Amino acid sequence: MATMMKPVKVAYGNVLRYTFSERLVHWAAALSYIYLLLSGLAFWTPWMWWVAMMLGGGPVCRAVHPWMGLIFTLAVVLMYRMWLPDMRITKTDLEWKKTIRAYVRNEEEEMHPVQAERGFARFAPVDRFNLGQKYLFWLMFWGGITLLVTGLILWFSDYLPWSLRFLQLISVFLHPVAFLLTLGGFIIHVYMGTAVVRGGFSSVIRGEVSERWARYHHRLWYERITGAIAKK
Amino acid sequence: MSGKVLEIRAMSATSTPAPGIRSTPVVAKLIDTSTCIGCKACEVACQEWNDLPAETTVQIGTYQTLPETTPNLWNLIKFNEHETSDGAFHWLLRKDQCMHCADPGCLTACPAPGAIVQYNNGIVDFQQDNCIGCGYCIAGCPFNVPKMSRQTKKVYKCTLCVDRVSVGLEPACIKACPTNCLTFGSKDVLVQKAQSRVAQLKAAGFTQAAVYDPPGVGGTSVVTILAYGDNPEAYGLPKDPNISFAVQLWKSPLKWIGNLAIMGGIIGTFIHYLRFGPKHVPEDAENKPMEAKR
Repeated sequence: MATMMKPVKVAYGNVLRYTFSERLVHWAAALSYIYLLLSGLAFWTPWMWWVAMMLGGGPVCRAVHPWMGLIFTLAVVLMYRMWLPDMRITKTDLEWKKTIRAYVRNEEEEMHPVQAERGFARFAPVDRFNLGQKYLFWLMFWGGITLLVTGLILWFSDYLPWSLRFLQLISVFLHPVAFLLTLGGFIIHVYMGTAVVRGGFSSVIRGEVSERWARYHHRLWYERITGAIAKK
Repeated sequence: MSGKVLEIRAMSATSTPAPGIRSTPVVAKLIDTSTCIGCKACEVACQEWNDLPAETTVQIGTYQTLPETTPNLWNLIKFNEHETSDGAFHWLLRKDQCMHCADPGCLTACPAPGAIVQYNNGIVDFQQDNCIGCGYCIAGCPFNVPKMSRQTKKVYKCTLCVDRVSVGLEPACIKACPTNCLTFGSKDVLVQKAQSRVAQLKAAGFTQAAVYDPPGVGGTSVVTILAYGDNPEAYGLPKDPNISFAVQLWKSPLKWIGNLAIMGGIIGTFIHYLRFGPKHVPEDAENKPMEAKR
């Protein structure tokens, strides 16, 4: 269960949450995904065709989209290598899941010990990533694999012999299905990371979070990297 | 090519109605396979009129020019060898080309606005300057007609000589046919003609003779008379062609479910923010709820 990250204090009161290479990979995935999303939406519906015009026209989008897909794939593979130990779903996560409704409703602050004693739900401590983040990771991982395989078939579909046409037909259907699923995760991820969990967006830009933030949102991780448990 | 003369009835990837408003008779080609002699004059005429470069032929064991149509060969006589139950041998010659479906799968599958159009007279035409080269029309077509050029990354196929038809000429292949096995005209008239020819064939002993005008794609503007009409596969034609289930599923239910889900996701997060807003790390930051646990 070791995280790959060293416990580094970057400045007074701050801890390092994402290393430079983690941030780089995250933004390679994010920017390639955004391009894939925009060009993909143009292919998905004529209402969004203007996006293809902004990106250099339909044939350009068609030519660049698969290459961008390869960059996204590479980023996902690197994320898998970097974060697999942190992304395994644990017993504590399942414990945390029981209070997900309260988490979504921002009811942490109401869960003081007194209320907890009266039988209110209490949050299980969270490691480096919470269950929602882990779900997103696995959604993007399996969605990415589906998009890659079906995308490769569509990329070279004119080389398919007529007898293997069913592969193209399956891909024509599965590629947008996987796209829609990852888009659902993407919308929630961007919303949570920028609007809801303040400090999340800057952490993935500059890598730092305050100790207070780390203790509050990712207590197990914070204790692990600072040796807080050992001290007790 | 001739959008100015012919009105457009349907256009790919366009959510607003196509502009065509006049009712024009649907044109068709009638192919009587029973009188085709395999001379390939139609192939040559097609290459010539459309100014297509000649391709190196491939020997596949018959007189056929190439195994399939190509981006540069839109009209191919297929030399299907067929043995009947009494041991007799027949060449089931068929003119392979775009069928010009009334309900074209290529047009349904195409994501590029205006890359595939259907004119009021039924001709389905590719507009290469709008084509993005995705190859989805290949998935939409049940007849294996659209072919992508490696050179231009665009798809090509028979235009039913729309540039000739729009100025009142018959297609080049029809003009060249020496046996009158190919005729051109209004589809209604040609279907009647086909039926009387089928009756003639039946009287001559071809009891299975039939007109091939498959309803699965709304009928086609290439009407084919088959002597062995119960067995279109022997001619290399699908028995019951239609737009594949995957393409239909993708283009209607999935599209609407997907659009609603995307809008729902965006509106949902916005409403969530209005109702619940951001999470704040409490000021008494020793995080009492957690501490209390231990």
